[in-house]
Amino acid sequence: MTRVPRLRPGFRFQWEPVQDSHVLLYPEGMVKLNTSASAILAEVDGHRPVADIIARLEQNFPDAGELTDDVCEFLRDAQQKHWIELQ
Amino acid sequence: MNDVARPGHPSHTVGPPLWLLAELTYRCPLQCPYCSNPLDFADQSDELTTEEWVSVLRQGRAMGAAQLGFSGGEPLVRQDLPELIAEARHLGYYSNLITSGIGLTEQKVRAFREAGLDHIQVSFQASDPELNNAVAGSRKAFDQKLAMARAVKDAGYPMVLNFVIHRHNIHQMTDIISLCERLEADYVELATCQYYGWAFRNREGLMPSAAQLEQAEREVNDYRGQLAQSGSAMKLIFVTPDYYEIRPKACMNGWGSMFLTVAPDGTALPCHSARLLPIEFPNTRQMALKSIWYESPGFNHYRGDSWMPEPCRSCDEKGKDFGGCRCQAYLLTGNADNADPVCDKSPHHDRILAARRAADHATAGLEDLTYRNTRNSRLFFRS
Ligand code: SF4
Ligand code: SF4
Repeated sequence: MTRVPRLRPGFRFQWEPVQDSHVLLYPEGMVKLNTSASAILAEVDGHRPVADIIARLEQNFPDAGELTDDVCEFLRDAQQKHWIELQ
Repeated sequence: MNDVARPGHPSHTVGPPLWLLAELTYRCPLQCPYCSNPLDFADQSDELTTEEWVSVLRQGRAMGAAQLGFSGGEPLVRQDLPELIAEARHLGYYSNLITSGIGLTEQKVRAFREAGLDHIQVSFQASDPELNNAVAGSRKAFDQKLAMARAVKDAGYPMVLNFVIHRHNIHQMTDIISLCERLEADYVELATCQYYGWAFRNREGLMPSAAQLEQAEREVNDYRGQLAQSGSAMKLIFVTPDYYEIRPKACMNGWGSMFLTVAPDGTALPCHSARLLPIEFPNTRQMALKSIWYESPGFNHYRGDSWMPEPCRSCDEKGKDFGGCRCQAYLLTGNADNADPVCDKSPHHDRILAARRAADHATAGLEDLTYRNTRNSRLFFRS
């Protein structure tokens, strides 16, 4: 919870109007992200710890309820795919 | 897949070109015998100007291209590269520089970073200097490449190392990967030659035998296992030659579906080797990129599947591989409409089997290959 996720060097998260979605760009690759993945990655700035990210998301999406499990699962998955690093 | 645009009938189902490959020049100081540039590259010296490239980049980005590759030839010979990098960053591209490392300096590596370049891919020919330099046709290439790979890492880029694999270096897999590990590469591409351009010309002298390939696959898999155990993030991408498959690759993810290449003279192509096809392709000097992509006969030629002859026409896998690679069909059967002969349903599959047999018995050395240089290129042009 106190660990700080950041995008792996060489990865860029950005909005693509033509695809009407956020994407993750990396060397010669691109993944189109769904809404929840985008919402989480938008909070990953290399400074905020996981607990803050969850709190902010719960505040921004009050209808979504408790988000801890979902966020942690996504971050674990993203780390395994080497999109992010946890420090 | 039946609702995809038919030739001459572009429809809204054609997606945007998400990848733009800018082949800035065919000029290159090296002479790799597997180079994918056209055999007659020496005759194509009329390169787009800086302004013309900037216009191509702007149009491509407006249409939705997000990944941009600067390649060649050797893109570093273009003096306006820093300007083009800065423009790419400004437009919001993720930009990739694909280089042999020859002509690169630490200062340039840093200056490109400041201009907004996202990634530099350095290509190697082998894991040791002797073989590397022999394949590249240059005496000091290897040391320069090592130095530049380190400079790329130091400047904070992700490090992607590319090795083109063929019968003369395929026995080096373990050495190559361990060299990459020492250099702390993030991604390693072990790309077996694709037989177009100069590589097709030299196929007999480049194609590994089945036994060589099996051995290499074992080595790569073993190494992959070790990396996973040690928690390494280094990713190994081993591209095996499709000549050893029985189903073709889904070339370019479908003709004109997401890849757009612009050649040094402005010719727009659905893939970088399509120039060899007997099809007329539009030029960015004469036509807007949008019309090129959505309306030109060249780009619509092989969209959809109504162009397919048998066996593809009635095949239930056509939505998966689109009948394979048009260039390969053309080079091996003389007709680009045919099924890619890699497919064992193709009546021309025997050409692939013959190439495999030849690879089992090939004896040609490096000195027997035709090196990619201006002199050899002019010979092709004349003949
Ligand atoms: S493959 Fe070799 S010769 Fe061809 S452009 Fe690349 S570095 Fe130059
Ligand atoms: S017959 Fe054509 S469509 Fe079917 S698998 Fe072979 S190449 Fe693909």
